[in-house]
Amino acid sequence: MPVPSEIRKVRDTVWEIPADYKEGMRVPARIYATEKLLHRMDDGVFDQVTNVATLPGIVRYAFCMPDGHWGYGFPIGGVAAMDVDPGVISPGGIGFDINCGMRLVLTNLTYAEVKPHLRRLVDRLFERVPAGVGSSGFVRISRDEFRKVLEDGARWCVRNGYGWDEDLERTEEGGCIAGADASRVSRKAVERGLKQIGTLGSGNHYLEIQVARPDSIFDRDLAASLGIRIPDQVVLMFHCGSRGFGHQVASDYLELFLKVMGTKYGIQVPDRELACAPFRSPEGQDYFAAMKCAINMSFANRQVIVHRIREVFSEVFQKEPADLGLHQVYDVAHNTAKLEQHLVDGKKRTLLVHRKGSTRAFGPGMEGLPEIYRQTGQPVIIGGSMETGSYLLVGVEGGEETFYSTAHGSGRTMSRHAAKKQFRGRDLERQMEARGIYVRSVSYAGLAEEAGPAYKDIDDVIEAAREAGISKPVVRLSPIGNVKG
Amino acid sequence: MPYRYLEDIVISDVVFEAWGETLEETFVSAGDATQNVMVQDLDSIRDRERRPIRIEDASLEMLLFHFLLELIYFKDAEELLLRVPAVEIRDLGSGYSLHAEAYGERLDPKRHTLLVDVKAVTLHRFSLKKTAQGWEASVVLDI
Repeated sequence: MPVPSEIRKVRDTVWEIPADYKEGMRVPARIYATEKLLHRMDDGVFDQVTNVATLPGIVRYAFCMPDGHWGYGFPIGGVAAMDVDPGVISPGGIGFDINCGMRLVLTNLTYAEVKPHLRRLVDRLFERVPAGVGSSGFVRISRDEFRKVLEDGARWCVRNGYGWDEDLERTEEGGCIAGADASRVSRKAVERGLKQIGTLGSGNHYLEIQVARPDSIFDRDLAASLGIRIPDQVVLMFHCGSRGFGHQVASDYLELFLKVMGTKYGIQVPDRELACAPFRSPEGQDYFAAMKCAINMSFANRQVIVHRIREVFSEVFQKEPADLGLHQVYDVAHNTAKLEQHLVDGKKRTLLVHRKGSTRAFGPGMEGLPEIYRQTGQPVIIGGSMETGSYLLVGVEGGEETFYSTAHGSGRTMSRHAAKKQFRGRDLERQMEARGIYVRSVSYAGLAEEAGPAYKDIDDVIEAAREAGISKPVVRLSPIGNVKG
Repeated sequence: MPYRYLEDIVISDVVFEAWGETLEETFVSAGDATQNVMVQDLDSIRDRERRPIRIEDASLEMLLFHFLLELIYFKDAEELLLRVPAVEIRDLGSGYSLHAEAYGERLDPKRHTLLVDVKAVTLHRFSLKKTAQGWEASVVLDI
């Protein structure tokens, strides 16, 4: 299906598919993209975003962000805000990898200072942050203790010596979303996640060492407010989620919703993967409480990884982590559903905002932002492919129109299968090293699947978000080291 | 190899088709197809441990769904790479049951060439159907 002929341009980078395009649509669909990105979007995006528009309780529009591509039920890059009553909650609108997200950590080191130690840093990180198939971590806890992690998130980590208090302030939801209930998750989910705290997983998950080059800073003052003040400052960015735990929670509830959706609640959806339940129903509330456990487990996962980064840098540079300036900038989630207050037709309403492969991007002054970022707006961390760059941005006032949501990455354009046929992991490793990027990967096949050309151009995606007025680029970050599963 | 991976049906994940003359053979093929996404050489999985798989479901489709999910579960919960050489499927009238014994061993990066982690079985275009030659399944796996 090419771009539907019914699509109309609202303005540069904003496109609308009207509500009469497909039977059952309750609202129009809006796609945020440049014309170039729009025409390269796969067929599934248009089909799926208009399916999302049929969900009960949806408010304003079904959205797709500039990095959109098709997913399960919702497109990746999909955003949908629902009235809490009679709105629904849909696991497809959150994703299997609940709270897959990004975290950015500073150092006070320059590229020149890091370069002589780069191989050792990457090698040690590769050892201390397990990645790959079924990777299990070094945090060994009982099932009861794991259930505490589910309810306390990153707070558990800091209490147990895996982090600093300030890390919590610099994490969405303070590193622990309220309302998680460990009794709502299955035994299987606990078993799958028990040994995975502090691990990366595989696929498109990674840990990168990056440089903020002076010519890649778009707003010097904002960059300084976010902690980037030194020319060629080295930072670390990593991308991972709730591992097997979150996936099991999502699978468990997708199945439950399929059973009750039609028979108990009389809801029909155009795609099984859009299975949902009324938010206020017992099943909806159970899933919400279970999903929050996965959000917290993921915050804890990333918190332990920050701790490992501090340990490794401290070991290599023989200094305390605080003396190396290893402060966190922020941690963002891009697969969640959250209750938020938004203005709709001039009135404040509580909405359940589903973001799947989409990052929250609160503007300056908004409730829910830590004090340190009230003036700047929320830091937004968007990762590119392993060969290109990544971005640090901030949320802006104009983000109101997408309920303060923006892109999350660059989005794939080539299937894994095709990438593996076209690229060789060992060649990529060599080529990247020749360009100054030292990569350690558990699997060469996995590396080939992550080749740069398999992804959209991150610069295009960021430009679209900037032009649409939903987030503002602050710094472009260049990779120099990479740990992959 | 009674399964193949399809290109360009999915962007970020993996899709396979598995088949067999019988329903049971198709389940076995689908199990291997799932494991083969994670491990390059299935023959490198030795018979060191056994795990029973006992499932009941209202439909054959969901039976296959849960069967594959069991393999993923063991990979995460016990770091076990498992193969299932045979399954027994019974029609209970009100649904179906599956009994099998899986064999395998703990994953060892030194001996198992590990590829990419399978995180979930999706229901996207999930199908299990009878054909003229036997049975065929189509499954999308979340990576």
